[in-house]
Amino acid sequence: MATTTPNGFNLDNSGRRVVVDPVTRIEGHLRVEVNLDENNVIRNAVSTGTMWRGLELILQGRDPRDAWAFTQRICGVCTGTHALTSVRAVEDALKIDIPENANSIRNIMQLTLQVHDHLVHFYHLHALDWVDVVSALNADPKGTSELAQSISKWPLSSPGYFKDIQTRLKKFVESGQLGPFKNAYWGHPAYKLPPEANLMAVAHYLEALDFQKEIVKIHAIFGGKNPHPNWLVGGVPCAINLDGEGSVGAINMERLNLVSSVIDRCIEFTEQVYIPDLLAVASFYKDWQYGGGLSSTNVLSYGDIPDHANDYSASNLMLPRGAIINGDLSTVHDVDLYDPEQVQEHVDHSWYTYEGGAKGLHPFDGQTNPHFELGPNAKGDAKKIEELDEAGKYSWIKAPRWRGHAMEVGPLSRYIIGYAQGNPEFKEPVEAVLSKLDLPVPALFSTLGRTAARGLECQWAADKMRYFFDKMIANIKAGDSSTANTTKWDPAAWPKSAKGAGFTEAPRGALGHWVEIDNGKIKSYQCIVPTTWNGSPRDAEGNIGAFEASLMDTPMADPEQPLEIIRTLHSFDPCLACSTHVMSPDGQEMADVKVR
Amino acid sequence: MGEPTDTFYDVIRRQGISRRNFMKFCSLTAASLGLGPAFASKIANAMETKPRIPVLWLHGLECTCCSESFIRSAHPLVKDVVLSMISLDYDDTIMAAAGHQAEAILEEVKEKYKGRYILAVEGNPPLNDGGVYCMPGGVPFVDKLKYMAEDAQAIISWGSCASWGCVQAAKPNPTGATPVHKVIKDKPIIKVPGCPPIAEVMTGVITYLLTFERMPELDRQGRPKMFYSQRIHDKCYRRSHFDAGQFVENWDDEQARKGYCLYKMGCKGPTTYNACSTTRWNEGVSFPIQSGHGCIGCSEDGFWDNGSFYDRVTNINTFGIESNADKVGGTAAAVVGTAAAAHAALSLVKRAQQKGTDDGEN
Repeated sequence: MATTTPNGFNLDNSGRRVVVDPVTRIEGHLRVEVNLDENNVIRNAVSTGTMWRGLELILQGRDPRDAWAFTQRICGVCTGTHALTSVRAVEDALKIDIPENANSIRNIMQLTLQVHDHLVHFYHLHALDWVDVVSALNADPKGTSELAQSISKWPLSSPGYFKDIQTRLKKFVESGQLGPFKNAYWGHPAYKLPPEANLMAVAHYLEALDFQKEIVKIHAIFGGKNPHPNWLVGGVPCAINLDGEGSVGAINMERLNLVSSVIDRCIEFTEQVYIPDLLAVASFYKDWQYGGGLSSTNVLSYGDIPDHANDYSASNLMLPRGAIINGDLSTVHDVDLYDPEQVQEHVDHSWYTYEGGAKGLHPFDGQTNPHFELGPNAKGDAKKIEELDEAGKYSWIKAPRWRGHAMEVGPLSRYIIGYAQGNPEFKEPVEAVLSKLDLPVPALFSTLGRTAARGLECQWAADKMRYFFDKMIANIKAGDSSTANTTKWDPAAWPKSAKGAGFTEAPRGALGHWVEIDNGKIKSYQCIVPTTWNGSPRDAEGNIGAFEASLMDTPMADPEQPLEIIRTLHSFDPCLACSTHVMSPDGQEMADVKVR
Repeated sequence: MGEPTDTFYDVIRRQGISRRNFMKFCSLTAASLGLGPAFASKIANAMETKPRIPVLWLHGLECTCCSESFIRSAHPLVKDVVLSMISLDYDDTIMAAAGHQAEAILEEVKEKYKGRYILAVEGNPPLNDGGVYCMPGGVPFVDKLKYMAEDAQAIISWGSCASWGCVQAAKPNPTGATPVHKVIKDKPIIKVPGCPPIAEVMTGVITYLLTFERMPELDRQGRPKMFYSQRIHDKCYRRSHFDAGQFVENWDDEQARKGYCLYKMGCKGPTTYNACSTTRWNEGVSFPIQSGHGCIGCSEDGFWDNGSFYDRVTNINTFGIESNADKVGGTAAAVVGTAAAAHAALSLVKRAQQKGTDDGEN
């Protein structure tokens, strides 16, 4: 019943089992089961990806120049980041360099995603874990106005403004049709904000909903649409033509002005709304220091945002690269995506098998043979799963490990690594937030820390959009308007066989694609995505994954209302469509399902 | 409170929206549907007298790009759609409740609004191996879909996943991902394809249902003609370059910088039915061709398996370019567009919106 995992967690599955399925306000389908002790404290946690699409198998035999479009459809929330990772993997395999402008435009697009995704996550996926919408009805709008004006110069802050929002909310609630706010946990004791702060947050929930659609106009300009803008192996598809014939149909002054104005608004909204809200909310939850999980011991980042084109070494990456293990912040380990000993995936508790009983496989050697089978002590069957058995296979997510360690990835991991490296861009904002909230460094390793790091990163990303915009303008001014390198566009210019790896830091964490090309076609394609790391099930040694670890030892006020569970899970910003994938290098039999 | 008998207008008035803003919304809606200003008052009248419809938005195998697109809607704003136009009682991507509190809503709406709610489906069910490849709530999605479809009055298939199968159904379709209409055969289905569909197309379809109390006119494949009856090529602003034989020959070449036609770079505009070249994306900012990349045909059935996105739709000779490309498009048009209008179940939406003592209400 009670065991200690190699990564240091005391598990006890003897108490009451609570199931949360679906976990909502995430991308895709996630289930979690926990056991509570007699004090309603979580003593065992089991996280399960409940969907699988097989995209990597579908990629076999395709044109590698098309792979970005397929992989982009892994996720429409972090739209673009898979496409960018894919074109980088293919360019790495085929040794294609991209122009400096293409690097700047890609970075602006990736940073646009970071800003958009973090903002939408905070306000629309995560806020309702901290903000009690119904309590906002009891707020004094004058008090809300005073609060808002005390923390920010954002102009929408008058008593009348908040009164109007409250009136709209009141009528909405009175209609009896609560829509997406129906059946939720309003009034739950884990909500700590005063009504005035709740009303401010509700107002900003609506403002952020209006604003987010503006952010992605940058994707529309460079990629034609959002979600799912267009990308190109060798550069970017949009041509620059400032003042020549036909410039109305290209990236011209008007297009650049639109990009620039959106960047300004991103910086403004993040500084004047997101960060002040984050600090205000956090100040009421300082005592809720749960959810740390693996963040205090094992974190991983591949790094991203290359300053100069075509240099993917750590020193050229503006988001940090490295791995920290066993909580030793004094050593940041190098990360190598090609080293077969570093990144490996295990399937002992995942609904797959490995031929030949292989233990962990590097993505270049990866295989995926789906094998759905509930463990011997599971309750229910494949038509209705009541309870899973974590001693057996229990998730469509594989278990990736870095040198054998379960790792956490995401904004908090990036900030911890940047902090440990002494990089002032990450260290100083972290210290400022801690000092503002009067919290010690270990407070960072928590649900709240994850949420705070995301906000800081949103601000960082908005500033870096400006940096790359200015850099692109300077480059164009210096006479370079090139956006694509087409010397190897024709497959005839490719080697017969080639292998490559591409990586990004997606909003949710480290993302890697590994591609093998043979005779101009994809021979194998493998992705390990952030939620594969964070949502990982147990491995053969019994190490639990980051979601599971983060839920441990959290007290629940009411086991019937899983607010604390979803609050911590949401702090990772789970993305399940991303995390569940397949590779079957030989195209072997796909289905091997045992229905109980 | 007699839900859902509150009219759209009642609700937004109660929520403090001025009549002036309401009228502005109505004229924008009229414009987005391609209707003249005279229709604005018609829409206003409809909105003032009709109740709100519960919408249940289910997610199968998908990537959530449809939901992301939906929240980009500028007219109407998505907050107004969600707070005032429809009653979005279930949508796992944004709803506050989780676990059994969330699933209880499905049961409640199914019973209380029997035959009157709209089922919006994003993604599709995998049918292989009993459906184990998508098990939200611990049950195969296909079972959940069938169960919730039983008492729906109509289904909206959002995006190419629900409409056609999309990427997970591309060869070899390992999970048996299957579009909604091949699983649900006894309900009117509106397909709104695209990967994703344009935001204002999505809200435009919903607004049409609410405003005119009927299904929009559909083509033989079940797509609303108002957005899907013409090829991107027909209304492309680069069409004149196609007609003049002026083509981009390589990425970022001189012709690309002049905004010439992308046909030779694989553009699927000549065979793709969608509103991209007219409605455009992200509040009209751009669309793929305008930003230099060809259309990949993402609203077409099986577009993942039609060769590379960079293959030309047909080999084209120096002469007869126009006729050749039209032949390509014309063939598709014969398949798609010439069928008689499928005014499926015109009164269905109306039934849902009848006030008060509807026999479906218990």
